[in-house]
Amino acid sequence: MNSFLGFIKKEFYHIFRDPRTLMVILGIPISQMLLFGFVIRTEIQDVKVAVFDQSNDYMTTRIIDKLESSGYFSVEEYLENTNDVEAMFKKGNIKEVLVFEPGFAEKTLRDGTASVQLLADASDPNIARMVTTYTQNIIRSFEHEEFQQQTVPMQINVQNRMFYNEEAKSVYMFVPGLMAMIMMLVSAIMSSVSITREKELGTMEVLLVSPLRPLQIILGKVTPYLLVAFIDAVLIVLMGNLVFEMPINGSLTLLLSVCFLFIFLSLSLGILISTIAPTQLIAMFISMIGLMLPTMLLSGFIFPIENMPKVLQWFSAIMPARWFNDVVKDIMLKGSGFFSIIKEVAILTGMSVLFVVVSVKKFKIRLE
Amino acid sequence: MDTSRKIIEVQNLVKKFGHFTANDNLTFDVFGGEIFGFLGANGAGKTTAMRILCGLSKPTSGTLQVNGFDVYTQSEKIKKTIGYMSQKFSLYEDLTVAENIRFYAGIYGIGYRERRKRQQELLERLKMPEIKNQLVKSLPLGWRQKLAFLVAVMHNPGIVFLDEPTGGVDPVTRRQFWELIYESAARGVTVFVTTHYMDEAEYCDRVSIMVDGKIEALDTPRKLMEQHNAQNMEEVFLHLARN
Repeated sequence: MNSFLGFIKKEFYHIFRDPRTLMVILGIPISQMLLFGFVIRTEIQDVKVAVFDQSNDYMTTRIIDKLESSGYFSVEEYLENTNDVEAMFKKGNIKEVLVFEPGFAEKTLRDGTASVQLLADASDPNIARMVTTYTQNIIRSFEHEEFQQQTVPMQINVQNRMFYNEEAKSVYMFVPGLMAMIMMLVSAIMSSVSITREKELGTMEVLLVSPLRPLQIILGKVTPYLLVAFIDAVLIVLMGNLVFEMPINGSLTLLLSVCFLFIFLSLSLGILISTIAPTQLIAMFISMIGLMLPTMLLSGFIFPIENMPKVLQWFSAIMPARWFNDVVKDIMLKGSGFFSIIKEVAILTGMSVLFVVVSVKKFKIRLE
Repeated sequence: MDTSRKIIEVQNLVKKFGHFTANDNLTFDVFGGEIFGFLGANGAGKTTAMRILCGLSKPTSGTLQVNGFDVYTQSEKIKKTIGYMSQKFSLYEDLTVAENIRFYAGIYGIGYRERRKRQQELLERLKMPEIKNQLVKSLPLGWRQKLAFLVAVMHNPGIVFLDEPTGGVDPVTRRQFWELIYESAARGVTVFVTTHYMDEAEYCDRVSIMVDGKIEALDTPRKLMEQHNAQNMEEVFLHLARN
């Protein structure tokens, strides 16, 4: 036990004496969090739009008012025709044009339907999609109010309220994703690099010749990173909650337990990588290409899984981060309890067991 | 050298990697307190044999005992009673001298009081007590090598394995290093050393020379030179390696 504690102490010396390591484990989580939170916002604000209103009646005026008062849009121009739409988009200020058909109010009252066309600048498809969705929602809500004023019973509401994230706040999307990414980074990359460093320096042989068992060596190497990654997880949850007001509706204990499970999984991946990689550089490379990129791209952190091609959806199913993302969102936003996340927890546990078994096998082969 | 006490007993050691035979039927003994030189060209199989004796690798066949323990079944006991210094530098450069000592003492289960005593002794042997709190990377290479050796024998092992310990070290430091080895041998530590330097081979009590996985010669340097009618060990080595 004493030699184990000594081992962990030594590992902390390595961490605290290397400015690069310190930067990765403390600097990156905080800076990424602030970056994603303040800069890479995916919600929209004061988007400039133009309107071509061919009816100019009370309904279209109210829709436009509603758009402006939402805070998401500011109407910059009123058009007389749609000829210069393209030129306008090319200039890049206007992101969307609303075209109301003639006789909007009249048609609505008579036929129960009228149409408005949304033209969006899709040179940035994500923003275009968001802008049109926001506009649609505002029109829907107007429609909803109109129907309520009428005395027609049992109207069908076309309600497009976004559940759990009414304001479509992007912070709710990226906090779980960022947690997954940072924990992968700290646990898998840092631990695999630190193990391969001992191999490269030759100290690993000295450790293997010593009375320490391989399992003790591995545990001694990864335990500090377990603690550090856990502190990072707490840090991200705290920042998400205090700075960006992301709620924690579910149990904090459950949330942290799931984080712990995910860190354990990432560490087992890190050990696996270290058994394959002979040098720090290769360990870093495998971790970056094999873990970080897929984690960012396929876990639903940046791109919604539903929009992926089928094949990539299957791939995303083997990404641990994807299941972790789901669980964290469930707990933080929906306030889900243990029984509703049991499937994801089982998958994550299964993956960890698999990686541990494979790493232990690999480690033994290396000793032969 | 105490020929009645066998520290290493190897009989018919064979190690194969697939079809390649790295160690072809090695048989030799190493006696208590001797300095045993293990020589051979690169790829002759000396590192493989040494790794097997240290428990880093498993033999394909043969009977082997280290410190009276069986390599197959008692490797845990062997590990407690051997020291090892690898080809690469084996201390942590971002730790201080004292922290390195504390770490390795911890691994070998040396308690606090005993550690303090041995640390004191070790620094005195190095003749530089003031480096205790310096980071290892700030020390000159020669000092580091000597420190690494003393740390490797800090837990008083029956035998210490040195894998090319003086690679890249200047002649003066090499001589100082060998003085430390003699000192340890005089204290009863058996030294098993591989080296490329033939002048160092002459410092050994006995030398074995491996060629292509086999031990081609094993005797005292003087007898080997007589047998091969050579002026120095270099000539012996070249004579054996060429045939």
